Amino acid sequence: MSVQTGSNNAPERYYNYAYLDEQTKRMIRRAILKALAIPGYQVPFGSREMPVPYGWGTGGIQLTAAIVGPDDVYKCIDQGADDTTNAVSIRQFFAKVADVETTEDTSEATIIQSRHRVPEKPLKAGQVMVLQVPQPEPLRFLEPRETETRAMHAYEEYGLQYVALYERVARVGRINAGAGHPVMVEERYLMSPSPIPAFDNPKLGFSEAIYLLGAGREKRIYAVPPYTRVRSLDFEDHPFAVQTWDENCALCGADDAYLDEVVLDDQGAKMYVCSDSHHCAERREAGHVGPMAGHQLAQAEKEPAQ
Amino acid sequence: MAYVAVKGGEKAISNAHKWLAEERRGDPAVTELEVAQLREQLSLAVDRVMGEGSCYDRDLAALAVKQARGDLPEAVFLVRAYRTTLPRFGASEPLDTVNMAVRRRVSAAFKDIPGGQVLGPTFDYTHRLLDFALAADGVLPPQAVLAEEPQAYPMPTIGSVFAHEDLLESDERTEDAPEPFDLTREPMSFPAGRDQRLQALARGDEGFLLSLAYSSQRGWGNTHPLCGEIRMGTVAVEFVPEELGFAIEVGDIIVTECQMLGGSKSSAETPPQYMRGYGLVFGHSERKAMSMAIVDRALRDNAAASGQVAPVQDEEFVLYHSDNVEASGFVQHLKLPHYVDFQADLQSIRRLRREFFQRQALKEAAE
Repeated sequence: MSVQTGSNNAPERYYNYAYLDEQTKRMIRRAILKALAIPGYQVPFGSREMPVPYGWGTGGIQLTAAIVGPDDVYKCIDQGADDTTNAVSIRQFFAKVADVETTEDTSEATIIQSRHRVPEKPLKAGQVMVLQVPQPEPLRFLEPRETETRAMHAYEEYGLQYVALYERVARVGRINAGAGHPVMVEERYLMSPSPIPAFDNPKLGFSEAIYLLGAGREKRIYAVPPYTRVRSLDFEDHPFAVQTWDENCALCGADDAYLDEVVLDDQGAKMYVCSDSHHCAERREAGHVGPMAGHQLAQAEKEPAQ
Repeated sequence: MAYVAVKGGEKAISNAHKWLAEERRGDPAVTELEVAQLREQLSLAVDRVMGEGSCYDRDLAALAVKQARGDLPEAVFLVRAYRTTLPRFGASEPLDTVNMAVRRRVSAAFKDIPGGQVLGPTFDYTHRLLDFALAADGVLPPQAVLAEEPQAYPMPTIGSVFAHEDLLESDERTEDAPEPFDLTREPMSFPAGRDQRLQALARGDEGFLLSLAYSSQRGWGNTHPLCGEIRMGTVAVEFVPEELGFAIEVGDIIVTECQMLGGSKSSAETPPQYMRGYGLVFGHSERKAMSMAIVDRALRDNAAASGQVAPVQDEEFVLYHSDNVEASGFVQHLKLPHYVDFQADLQSIRRLRREFFQRQALKEAAE
């Protein structure tokens, strides 16, 4: 996939480089450093109103804006795909306000901003994974009060979370990790990995790359530095498990990727395809073929996202 | 096809924006609205956008109302996203609302109070009958008769009425007050100081605060509110530049202020005394100022400590949910694709259903 250059808007730049003013960037960078120093701890920060709505990636956008430079290569995905509408919109935003090169190629990117997915290709040293977070507090649905949950983290009081997990085991017979399954970071802070599927949880641990997580509306930043222990919560007799499929990707045949279910008609016909659109395209280019290779969906994805 | 529909390239976005612009303009045969017309003739919409957008600029707010096609929370969002990029050069001196050029001022506490009752431009006591004459063009309304003498200036406050008996808690300024909390630069923190709370309420959604105040009146955290006074008019904004060291006026703004008297406090140490709830909003909005004052008063009870909490008395509940820019964004983010986490959920529910039917089959076999 080719690298695309952001349009230079220098003559009509009404805003500072990467939109945020330098004071704000400095404040966010301080919060990032603190977050990296205390892995899994939610650092409150003076989140700004952004030109996109809260809940649409304002935390991730502020993180990217604070760290991006003209030499970066930026990738932005939503649900694993580069061409989902909101990812296109955010990528255009940074191409415009930060003159940054954009790419769909995971290995080429220095900053990867994402909502709900971590790319399939293992991340490397020098890459920063920015995750958009709707609700940073893993305990929120067990305890609605922020004053309480902050105290619970301070005292490492996570009994309530284990009781909730136990209740799930009692009801459905297993941990049943879906999306946003909580993790313990360095055996100290309970952390929400953002609503990524359990499938992606293991990628957070001992990664070569930096993970930054930003919640704009809730005004929190947290991080997982490289080579950090990240354990998905479970019990010895009811171990954590990731999603698996009986099917392979219909387009590229992958049997080890997270799959989206695509409804083909209202008679129950469906196909499964890679959620990571670049991973799938790269495999197809390398000659991998799935049972429905050549389906119009593969064509649809060829529309350039930029 | 559904899958392609949720994936949209640049072209789809750009076309959607063009269509939106067309919809905003409406029928091109009808004259386009000018921003000045909105500013002058939809002034209360402009006021609301300035208040909840926390940016006092009538022209910008009018532009936002036009761009948002009259969707006021959307206009508030536009103004917020603009004002957050502005440099901040300091905090003004506290507004001196005693020295307000009053247009309207009423008190429900006494039949007459120093300075008098001034009805001013209000919807109160109008009959809510559609005025079909307004649908016709160019009819200038009759002029109101000017008073023979100007309103009292300064206009004494309800506090001064009670002062000699000490019946109302004092609102004297402390000389060494710290810099006010700035919600636009710092995250919410709890327990919230009154400055943080009042700032959050002033920016808060009018409808949300109205319903909370109403719930309090209906017994969900009652504060027995009484409208001590409500005033609307022009006040000067003063600022002390470091270079000068003394206050200069930087402009005049119109505000609505409400002093709600509510529930007396007394203890073994202090004599009974009325407490205040305070409301202050940009422009003319009595509904918002009064709601804010009732909610402020309710939150002063520190009821969370006693365990008996109505929603209006719960500061985390009220302050975390009063901002319509945050609320609107998060509710509507559900329009974004969620098929990755939904796929995880689907897997789980399909598996549970499979297990359910296996159990059923076993049970039937046993019977």
